[in-house]
Amino acid sequence: MRTFWKEVLLCSLGALALVATVACGSQSESTKPAPTTRPAPTPEPQIVEVASDPGSLVVYSGRSESLVGPIIEQFREATGIDVSTKYGSTGEIAATILEEGGNSPADVFFAQDPGGLGAVAQAGMLNVLSGDIAGLVPGWAQSPTGLWVGISGRARTLVYNTDRLSEDDLPASIFDLTDPKWKSRLGWAPTNGSFQAMVTAMRVLWGEEKTIEWLEGIKANEPGIYPKNTPQVAAAAAGEIDIGLVNHYYLHRFLQEEGDAFGARNYHPTAGGPGSLVLVAGAGILKTSQNQENAEKFLKFMLSKVGQQYFAGQTYEYPLVEGVKTNRLLTPIDEIDKPDVDMADLADLEGTQRLLRELGILE
Amino acid sequence: MVMVPAVLVGLAMLLPIAYLAIRGAGATTEAWELLFRVRTLQIIGRTTLLVVVVTGFSILLAVPLAWLTSRTDLPFRRVWSVLTAMPLVVPTFVGAFLFISVLGPRGVLQQALEPLGVDRLPAIYGLPGAALVLILLSYPYILLTVKGAFQGLDPALEESARTLGHGRMSTAFRVTLPQLRPAIISGSLLVALYTLSDFGAVSLMRFPTFTWVIYQQYQTAFDRSIAGVLSLALVGMALAIVLIDSYTRGRIRYHRTGSGASRKAEVVRLGRWRWPALAFAGFVVVMALGIPAGVLLHWLVRGLLVGEPLLLLWSATVNSLVVSGAAAFVAAVCSIPVAVMVVRHPGRLSNVIERMSFTGFALPGIVVALALVFFAVNYARPVYQTAWLLVFAYVVLFLPAAMGATRAALLKVSPSLEDAARGLGRGPLQTMRTVTAPLIVPGILMGAALVFLIAMKELPATLILGPLGFKTLATAVWSASTEAFFAQAAAPALLLIVISSLPMAFLVTRDFGESTSSGSDYS
Repeated sequence: MRTFWKEVLLCSLGALALVATVACGSQSESTKPAPTTRPAPTPEPQIVEVASDPGSLVVYSGRSESLVGPIIEQFREATGIDVSTKYGSTGEIAATILEEGGNSPADVFFAQDPGGLGAVAQAGMLNVLSGDIAGLVPGWAQSPTGLWVGISGRARTLVYNTDRLSEDDLPASIFDLTDPKWKSRLGWAPTNGSFQAMVTAMRVLWGEEKTIEWLEGIKANEPGIYPKNTPQVAAAAAGEIDIGLVNHYYLHRFLQEEGDAFGARNYHPTAGGPGSLVLVAGAGILKTSQNQENAEKFLKFMLSKVGQQYFAGQTYEYPLVEGVKTNRLLTPIDEIDKPDVDMADLADLEGTQRLLRELGILE
Repeated sequence: MVMVPAVLVGLAMLLPIAYLAIRGAGATTEAWELLFRVRTLQIIGRTTLLVVVVTGFSILLAVPLAWLTSRTDLPFRRVWSVLTAMPLVVPTFVGAFLFISVLGPRGVLQQALEPLGVDRLPAIYGLPGAALVLILLSYPYILLTVKGAFQGLDPALEESARTLGHGRMSTAFRVTLPQLRPAIISGSLLVALYTLSDFGAVSLMRFPTFTWVIYQQYQTAFDRSIAGVLSLALVGMALAIVLIDSYTRGRIRYHRTGSGASRKAEVVRLGRWRWPALAFAGFVVVMALGIPAGVLLHWLVRGLLVGEPLLLLWSATVNSLVVSGAAAFVAAVCSIPVAVMVVRHPGRLSNVIERMSFTGFALPGIVVALALVFFAVNYARPVYQTAWLLVFAYVVLFLPAAMGATRAALLKVSPSLEDAARGLGRGPLQTMRTVTAPLIVPGILMGAALVFLIAMKELPATLILGPLGFKTLATAVWSASTEAFFAQAAAPALLLIVISSLPMAFLVTRDFGESTSSGSDYS
């Protein structure tokens, strides 16, 4: 019995080690840029842009593969560029890039929110983008120093339970949510980057005092505290909360999964202000990139008609480039009373976090 | 002899702490101020409370289950053996979401009860919810370690107790339980440290623990120095737990001292207790595995009905299996010299090595991953973004899981067996290979199984350290679920559970307990 077991163990361990060696070998092999051994692209010249050796590109993406995987695949097909990706949350990816420093293999950093881009930009790791990229995007939707551009827009919104409320019940301004009648009926996500960006916008638009008044008022209404947007939208639909403070596009994901019976909808405060802030997901090119040209191609592709239509159609985000239509399911961006805030105005994230800590909203 | 490999393993385990020291040294005064405020005490208090509750209830679930599935004639015992271990592979970030959707104030359960006039269930958020998720998804740490111990338990002791007039209950509490103590303690230590490191459950259940605060620094403040300082404090908490553990362990001997051989224990007949026993096992499995798997199936079917394409997950599956399998193998091998050193050569050095090896398990995955990014990028560039580094990271993170089981098994082996082998002319390595190793194989395999299961679901290190374009089942689940692509998340999540159950089934159905009887050859 014992020898039998020893044999089983040894064989399986041996096999495992062998498999591991082979797999690891081939893994590390494939990560090496080896343009000479790469099979040539299909002989038929379907796409004119394909160069004889299009080279490679490494994209670090803080946006998940479910969101941007398909459009990155389209970029690969259109250009023949050998794209490798690393996915993670924007925080994880930003920390990784900062940790890698000058040795970072990344060419492009594609982030879910301006905060992550700001952190990497502040470390001096992003290159100034050429004018023909920056020129594609409106001024409010990019870095003031030209280090990154917005790729798609996402609006702050209120998601509400449709059984309990109709649009008429909802306040014109997000400030009115401090009314005690909303006690125990609200949800928010104070650790979420977009939420914190909205509070920064409040400090810009309303001033410190009114922002504190709003934060304390909401806190007094004992809102449900969620770690991020998705569970908040689910909670609003289930009736666990009546109103959640979220970004707009999660709702449409739920509608697609659960159908029109889903019990929640978005509402954009009619009086505008910080509650109607439009934020961006964006991208920048690393200074250390060996593939600057391909990196620029990538950004241009994301800002091309094809790219922008993808974000409008598939991820329910707002296109940032002129002439691309917004998804018909969304409130047109012109109808949202967007406050006059540039991404540059939202730089003081640290001040916002300090304020939230002082008020006991963040730990 | 075992010192060299043991010290090497210990040094590898020190990397995260070295990194934290570097980051902490660069921290501003603001970081330290953040640490030394009243609120930090509250957070520590909350974290401690959660650790105590989760560990306590996990023991209460795991020990009876381990006994039922190892020693009794529970109907379908082997099926339960596999099923009760599986909750370990459900990642908490998706598990907690699934529990909320069923047990939340307006979840599936409430909807089912609505005809009875239940408008809203009490909120599960806070301590109850966080504890519930962590208990249900991490009690198998204790279950598996204790099962490993049951396999090596000498039934002669229990039989002697019975002949000396002790009843069943008295024997269980005065003879069997004390014998299981090392395994219960090392399993509990894993549960406690895992609770310290978890982010998924505590964030969704809104119970801000220390790790929650650390994650917040990475996610929104992008401040690695503050996170470093906070993580060092977390290491302090972990070491405190490890010290409590070694204090409770004591210096008791667990191996037989007289002559004779341990045998396989007789199967306990449950008689009319089999139905309550079955109900208990069924309840735990329904709660811990049935609820998550049920919702996942629902998502999957709903997605398929509206025509969502089922993605091919072949490469993600293979990747998961290969890296987790390799990690299980390496961790099991690495655990042997450390366990031998700790058990056979106790002293200051072995104490330090053992305690240090536990810190990786208590740290949030992102911290260990960034530490390895730092060292690999600067000092070991060729391995950066290879599967090798990822396997290494898993070992740093999960070695304690293998250690606990190996150590508990080794404690039961009498050193006199080894002495005899040495006296008969075998060298130390040969003795290790031909005498010690075969005796502790069940423990080592249990440890390897544990590492395999938790590596399968590991997320932050896999995302950060994996080769470019590397996908596992866990990253596929995360990628889809984080953006509310539920149907897309369901397939890899279910696959994760099914695939992970195969090696478990292999271990369980072979009933490797028999190999312990081989001790008779040498005594």
